[in-house]
Amino acid sequence: MSYIVAEDLIKQYGNGHATVTAVAGISFNINEGEFVSIMGESGAGKSTLLGMMGAMNAPSSGRLIVDDIDVYSLGQEQRADFRREFLGFIFQSFHLVPYLTVIENVMLPLAVVKAGKKKKWIMAEEALDQVGLLDKARRLPNQISGGEKERVAVARSIVNEPPVLLADEPTGNLDTKTTGEIMKLLRRLNEEGMTIIMVTHSSDCAGYAQRLLKVSDGKLIGDN
Amino acid sequence: MNLKVITFRNLMRRKGKAAFVLAGLVIGVSTVVGIISFVEAMTNDINHKLEKYGANILIVPKTENLTLTYGGLSLGGVSFEMEEIREAELARVSSIKNARNIAALGPLVLGVVKVDTRKVLMAGVDFEASEILKPWWKIRGSLPDQNGVILGSEAARVLNLDSGDRVRIRDNDFIVSGVLQPTGSQDDQLVFARLGTAQSIFDKSGRVSMAEVAALCKDCPIDEMVRQISEAIPGAKVMAIQQVVKGRMETLEQFKKFSYGISGVILLIGSLVVLVTMMGSVRERTDEIGIFRAIGFRKRHIMKIVFMEAAIVSGLAGIIGYFLGLGASTIAIKFFSENHSGYVPINPELAFGAFIIALTLGLASSAYPAFMASRLDPNEALRAL
Repeated sequence: MSYIVAEDLIKQYGNGHATVTAVAGISFNINEGEFVSIMGESGAGKSTLLGMMGAMNAPSSGRLIVDDIDVYSLGQEQRADFRREFLGFIFQSFHLVPYLTVIENVMLPLAVVKAGKKKKWIMAEEALDQVGLLDKARRLPNQISGGEKERVAVARSIVNEPPVLLADEPTGNLDTKTTGEIMKLLRRLNEEGMTIIMVTHSSDCAGYAQRLLKVSDGKLIGDN
Repeated sequence: MNLKVITFRNLMRRKGKAAFVLAGLVIGVSTVVGIISFVEAMTNDINHKLEKYGANILIVPKTENLTLTYGGLSLGGVSFEMEEIREAELARVSSIKNARNIAALGPLVLGVVKVDTRKVLMAGVDFEASEILKPWWKIRGSLPDQNGVILGSEAARVLNLDSGDRVRIRDNDFIVSGVLQPTGSQDDQLVFARLGTAQSIFDKSGRVSMAEVAALCKDCPIDEMVRQISEAIPGAKVMAIQQVVKGRMETLEQFKKFSYGISGVILLIGSLVVLVTMMGSVRERTDEIGIFRAIGFRKRHIMKIVFMEAAIVSGLAGIIGYFLGLGASTIAIKFFSENHSGYVPINPELAFGAFIIALTLGLASSAYPAFMASRLDPNEALRAL
């Protein structure tokens, strides 16, 4: 049984003559511990697809099942709980909270989790240690580089040890050297058992994944 | 890390916005507190002054005769043919229901005496009660003992007497122990002796011509007291001197209503300032709220963050507003009431009220922004996924 099952996902915006189909019936299965990259040209629907997989963008039709949970049969608040427990997000433009320190940003997903202050702190330190930024824990986001910000975003996405990591162009704003570091970090996380789904433009980055899904005009045109 | 940390850090980061919300509420709350404190202090001040006015209830014997005086001009001796009140009856005043509102009861016996060749009106009074009943009295000299009298300024001038002089009244020698400074009242014309002395001279032992009552006026029901005294002394006519009290109280009441209206408008403006600023803040934080929602914050978590921010700022505004209002009223009262001590006491109830008003307004004004924030679609908010 696959860990993630996407069944004929369709996403349409607008209605009548103005209807735009962003995702036009995509189905695939992903096993636990897989590293999957999604590639496609701009406007192909890959980010919309990732949004649907992130329980944030309800499909017009179709089903998404993760760990036997029909995600979009859940209410909005239950989906928020699902995101907190099952998913880690890495955004292209980092999306760090500017007034929180590095370690506080990492702890953010734990803010609504019932756990002691000390335990949360240890979990955040472990996550920061994994991305090699423990020494910059007390800095603010504007006091670290772009690559470091991305690593903080990675640490934040793994701090609550979610089974699935969703990454949207995680290296889109980074130089080649830093891109390599981030991709190696993701691969290491995958080797430790995390399921990773990554949207990317870069075939180099896609090369780090075990599987490549190609999307064009909202349709899945390749699964290698 | 918890929601409180996020709230506190955001407030620290957006100090300008927080200060703006704070200022909006502080102005509203301090205005309300200032006005209430001012009105309260003015009411106390007026009451205090009214007490200083002396007697505000007169007890005179019932008579069927009409007074034949007008504008100080007497056309007959009717005034001296009046009935009298027994001191024993007068004592019943101290047992009326509102007796605690009575600051002083001053019995007075009147009679005409001859000094040399001139007729003069002599009043026997209780000088201890007179200190409250006639606080404007200023005596050059001292209060008289059993063998002494004091003279009104005009009486002293006409009789050509001064402090230390001796005067013979009805075969008794008295020492003029003091002379009243001009009061502009009928007191200037009189000779004053102790009540017992005058009763002895007029052979009216245990009887008085009239009595004056000084009632403490804070919330005192003058009309009700008049009724109670009338019932206690059926043979007396009891009158209230309350035009001044009523007039001033009515003015104050109108000022109160007007002030509360203005306060309400200012509070409304303060609430709008909070609403607009919080809406702006929510719009500014769209990305941030998107992140929160994406990583699993529920709607209520987002609302809690907005409400906690509003609660911190508005609570602080309540405290600052109270003390600012108190300070403003202290300054204002000095301008409006020259004789006021300028001291406006801390009123715990008002302080608590100010805190609750600020908190309620802050939270109520933040309800819509909080609701909007919680409804933000994380996907739309981030525009990334």
